[in-house]
Amino acid sequence: MIKRQYSIEELEKIANEIRQDIIKMLVEAGSGHSAGPLGMADVFCALYFAVMNHDPKNPAWEERDRLILSNGHICPVRYATMARAGYFPLKELMTLRKFGSRLQGHPEREKLPGVETTSGPLGSGLSQAAGMAYVGKYIDKTRWRVYCAMSDAEQESGQIWEAAMFAGKNRLDNLTAIIDRNNIQIDGCTEDVMPLEPLKAKYEAFNWHVLEIDGHNLEQIIDACNQAKAIHQKPTIIIAQTIPGKGVSYMENDFKWHGVPPGISDIPGEPPKNQQVKIALKELRTLHGKIVSEHE
Amino acid sequence: MAKLFQNMSNSKAHLAEKIFEKDIEKIPTRNGYGEGLVEAGEKDKRILVLCADLSESTRSEYFQKKFPERFVEVGVAEQNMASLAAGMALAGKVPFISSYAAFSPGRNNEQIRTTVALNNANVKIAGAHAGISVGPDGATHQALEDIALMRVLPNMRVIVPCDAIEAKKATVAAAAIEGPVYLRFAREKTPLFTTLQTPFQFGRAEIFLQGKDATIIACGPVLYEALLAAHLLEKQGVSVEVLNSHTVKPLDKKTILQSVSKTKAVVTVEEHQIAGGLGGAVAELLSRECPVPVECIGVQDRFGESGSPDELMDAFGLTHPHIIKAVKKVLKRKV
Repeated sequence: MIKRQYSIEELEKIANEIRQDIIKMLVEAGSGHSAGPLGMADVFCALYFAVMNHDPKNPAWEERDRLILSNGHICPVRYATMARAGYFPLKELMTLRKFGSRLQGHPEREKLPGVETTSGPLGSGLSQAAGMAYVGKYIDKTRWRVYCAMSDAEQESGQIWEAAMFAGKNRLDNLTAIIDRNNIQIDGCTEDVMPLEPLKAKYEAFNWHVLEIDGHNLEQIIDACNQAKAIHQKPTIIIAQTIPGKGVSYMENDFKWHGVPPGISDIPGEPPKNQQVKIALKELRTLHGKIVSEHE
Repeated sequence: MAKLFQNMSNSKAHLAEKIFEKDIEKIPTRNGYGEGLVEAGEKDKRILVLCADLSESTRSEYFQKKFPERFVEVGVAEQNMASLAAGMALAGKVPFISSYAAFSPGRNNEQIRTTVALNNANVKIAGAHAGISVGPDGATHQALEDIALMRVLPNMRVIVPCDAIEAKKATVAAAAIEGPVYLRFAREKTPLFTTLQTPFQFGRAEIFLQGKDATIIACGPVLYEALLAAHLLEKQGVSVEVLNSHTVKPLDKKTILQSVSKTKAVVTVEEHQIAGGLGGAVAELLSRECPVPVECIGVQDRFGESGSPDELMDAFGLTHPHIIKAVKKVLKRKV
């Protein structure tokens, strides 16, 4: 179990390392999603290093908090965070999407201990999280909590709202869901593809406690998760405003980077492909030029 | 029990004494599901039962009355139900999800594929009102493809009980299996032709009648029609072996191949599309391991429709006269 208390500065440093891991993994894999994983690095860092009770050396520990990743395609961020937390060696990250790897293109519970469920097809994570939370609250009366990370675009699927209704009806106050509100999806901006707003009002109407935060502010992420623990008789949803591609200037807020890694193709308006990886890693390493001592 | 039939009947099968008498008791297989849930629920506190607004007609209400704290009503939301159950299974429970087969595993097929089968989650799926014998409700509610949908999923097992007694045994057996199971039940009252003594073991086909000229392999309540056909054929001097292949996946290859290598002619019988159903499964097996003529009784690539169950079963060619014809046809094809 991770017992150490990390300072915000330390957490920020870990989140930055996770972002660099993500870029390196995607480059090595030659395919995969860039924008979502980079955008959720702070949330995952906060969950694994400051919020959840879990034990990297004993992934099946009964008393652990459960994290369901509903939008499985952002799994590089989960893998990188798990490796940083000590679930498996960092070098295994380089097997992402390769034949025989435990790090499947979309996460599989049967392959990698610590991945609570298999996901990829959007919209079914909240149901599974609610099923676990129901068992925790009503059947086994346990102390562990359930977290569910979702994308914003998957709020377009009907099953999410079936699950939202169920969690509201059953007052699953041991369930905290986090929406990656980055406003993009494969075909464009969410509000053009299928408007989601007013998202807060929708969840409130389904009997949820709703918090809106800056998804890159580690203090806010941790505070919101702690506040959720204090809410009784309602599940909590944290709408985390995030920047897709966060940390790599040319990827930020650009839906073209939803499903492609850097360094694979020349994209109009983007840096040439042989420069993409270099720029991304340098920006992350130097915190966008704040560290000036680095020379190449 | 008719004398001729008694001679053919496998004494170890312990079939009902009154098997071909007019006053044989009739009960829907779904009742056996409800009773099985109660029995399994008494033994195993991990069992939860989920229902999508059909507690009376799926008979999950039997469990609800006994164990209200372990019954979960999810409303008209079959997709949510499948994934909720997956989450519950991953948290150590043994959830049964109950609905009509047209909706579960029909509507929620992807949720079952990913969150139940690929996760290898310990979820049991009970599809009630399967087949055309649903009757007047019509094609929308007559699941004819559910066996096929479930049979192609890795990790999934498929059981189709033939009467309410077997349905209860199958439900109890499913609860004891670690991993996903699909159980198929019917709406209509059908004959109770097995007994408490009739053996039931998951994955093992039972020889209900012994014969030498042809093998009928059947599952579900239409197995009764197969027995009736065999009984009438015996009077005409044709000796038919009848297998109860309640477990469609995994098929009991050993029993089937033993019988078929003896009779060298096969008729499959089911209340489901032939494509992807028991007929498909048996044909796949025999084409590889023991190629012999096969005739399939089942629904032939069409949807159901409204009507009385008896009318429909006859119109779709699923009753004993059709089975008799199929046996005669397969005998002509025998080399």
